[in-house]
Amino acid sequence: MKKVKFRHSAARVLVLSISLFLSINTLILAQEETSPTDSQEEDVQETVQGPEESNVESDVSGDAAAGKALFNSLCAACHKLDGNSIGPPLRGVAERRDIAWLQSWIKNSQALISSGDEQAVEIYNEYGQVAMPPFPQLDDTDIENILAYTSEPKAVPESKQAGSDGAAAPGAGGISTDIVLGILAFVLLMLLVILYLVNKTLRRFATASGVPLPAKKVTRKPIYRSFIENQFLVLVTAVALLLVSGYMMYGYFMQVGIDQGYQPVQPIHFSHKIHAGDNQVECKFCHSSARVSKHSGIPSLNVCMNCHKSIGEVAEETGTDEYSKDFYDKEIQKLYTAVGWDPAAQAYTGETEPVKWIRIHNLPDFAYFNHSQHVEVGGIACQTCHGPVEEMEIMYQNAPLTMGWCINCHRETNVMAEGNEYYEKVHEELSQKYGVENLTVAQMGGNECMKCHY
Amino acid sequence: MKSLFTKSLLFLLALTAVSCFDDSRPNYQYMPDMYEPIPYEAYGEYDVFVNGQEAKLPAEGSVPRGWKPYEYENTQEGYQAAKEELTNPLPYTEENLATGRQLYTIYCAVCHGDEGDGQGILVQREKILGIPSYDDAGRDITEGSVYHVMYYGLNAMGSYASQTSINDRWLIDHYVMKLKNDLQEGEERAFDEVDPSEDAGNQTMENLVPAVNAEGDQVPEDQPVTRGSQENQNQGQQDQNEN
Repeated sequence: MKKVKFRHSAARVLVLSISLFLSINTLILAQEETSPTDSQEEDVQETVQGPEESNVESDVSGDAAAGKALFNSLCAACHKLDGNSIGPPLRGVAERRDIAWLQSWIKNSQALISSGDEQAVEIYNEYGQVAMPPFPQLDDTDIENILAYTSEPKAVPESKQAGSDGAAAPGAGGISTDIVLGILAFVLLMLLVILYLVNKTLRRFATASGVPLPAKKVTRKPIYRSFIENQFLVLVTAVALLLVSGYMMYGYFMQVGIDQGYQPVQPIHFSHKIHAGDNQVECKFCHSSARVSKHSGIPSLNVCMNCHKSIGEVAEETGTDEYSKDFYDKEIQKLYTAVGWDPAAQAYTGETEPVKWIRIHNLPDFAYFNHSQHVEVGGIACQTCHGPVEEMEIMYQNAPLTMGWCINCHRETNVMAEGNEYYEKVHEELSQKYGVENLTVAQMGGNECMKCHY
Repeated sequence: MKSLFTKSLLFLLALTAVSCFDDSRPNYQYMPDMYEPIPYEAYGEYDVFVNGQEAKLPAEGSVPRGWKPYEYENTQEGYQAAKEELTNPLPYTEENLATGRQLYTIYCAVCHGDEGDGQGILVQREKILGIPSYDDAGRDITEGSVYHVMYYGLNAMGSYASQTSINDRWLIDHYVMKLKNDLQEGEERAFDEVDPSEDAGNQTMENLVPAVNAEGDQVPEDQPVTRGSQENQNQGQQDQNEN
């Protein structure tokens, strides 16, 4: 018997030592894992620098940097460097066309077309007879600068590759720290188990070999007995338990029907943080009907396309660890599929499919709420009810939307009566009646049942 | 050991309670009959509609109240004609300009910039490029051309007809022309005198809403009503909402 137990514990000690050894080992390995990524990043930086240096060579004389500024402010509305937009792609246009011809085209394309120039008429017809506005403000050097910019060789693939590598490297680092943490947790757990087992076996070993263990004192009355015998204590505990469970029940029943924090997964991952936060697009730009209607409308997709015709992919720096650039680009592709937009042909295909957005803020049918009344007349900021939408990567319901919440705001908010003739008389009379300077919504009747329930 | 066991049991219970709380589903309701509407909700999904889509386009040829046909076509000629002929029907008043400024800030400033110099936040962040300044000599915008472009869009700029009313667009138009004037450092345009005895709001609407039964006389037969061929198509992709 003795020997068996001894062998048993020895096996456990072995397991312990192996796991210890492994845990130390993985830590060392993890350190090694991180170091190559550092060197990779350095490599990546070198490759980025490479093509940039080679960019400088160009046949067209002119300042490419000045040309870039001009290009971005004047041409980029309709021309991309690579790829069709409203007009043709402009990279290398100086090689395709005669410089003098380009000069006269840019200064006044319509004059060139009406003069019957063959090339001009051809390109005009090829791009759907969209007239390019004249640029009389550009002189010859300006145009040369622009052409110098467009003649720069394409550096996009390299930098893109480097970018994706660069994005992958910290991601890999993130995963490895996760793994390390997981391993650490596992090792800790193992240690706990082993400690417990070792303790148990040692005790058994001790009893078997006749070593006296410190005996437990059993003379004291167990605590639950003394508790049961003390009737007052039992009563108090019972009452306390009842109260606590009653309170918790109350809490549970009060939250039924309240959707605060509701955060469904939408068919297209639309980030309010990027649109309303980083890019500061006004709420009412898209939800324009909040100004004039009961509903703050969901924008139809033509509103999306007003910008996303030009923005087919997100910038490199928009991607985060959580949501990569690829992820966002796919979401824009979803929009294109839904609206039936062919980015290559720059035209609508006519095949559309509705986007089934999921409604988040939903008042019960027996309560009436009007957006325009609050947004336009009341001048309430959208964030008052909807919370910090400009920081929400995924939209959620910020307010409880309960009646108590509505009423509370009506009690606290003053009516904007300044410069509003409509309120002048009633404001004067009522503020005299209540003896206040500024009337709250409630004092103007904002808490009457029939205002919202009818 | 026993206490550890009970503690871990409690911890597990708490964990299940937390994991059962699901953010992505709406909560239970006491009496859904009282909460869920019987009539069709805006953006709802109902079998009675094509594709189940409640958000629909108005029937073809229907005319919303207060709407006035826009008589210029979405072509190069239409643009030129609007640029030369069309003028703003709203009086140039301080109030109109202030409202125009608000609307401009919502819809235009994000690209065109608060000053109209084409340096909006999206341009500064290089999201959208090539926004011209309002004093661009080649474009030489006028009241008519500004309205025409807001209505139909031009090149990379889309139509804003679905987000703004006729009145809104003319208010924005006033403010855009003011910005252009400021950029060119021209003289401030004097505000129009509006007879205070007349309600200013009514007067502005009168310019835009044709008198009852007068509409037929105003639209010549040979000029097709071109309103929003683009606008309507695009609204066909109206999104849908379900509960």
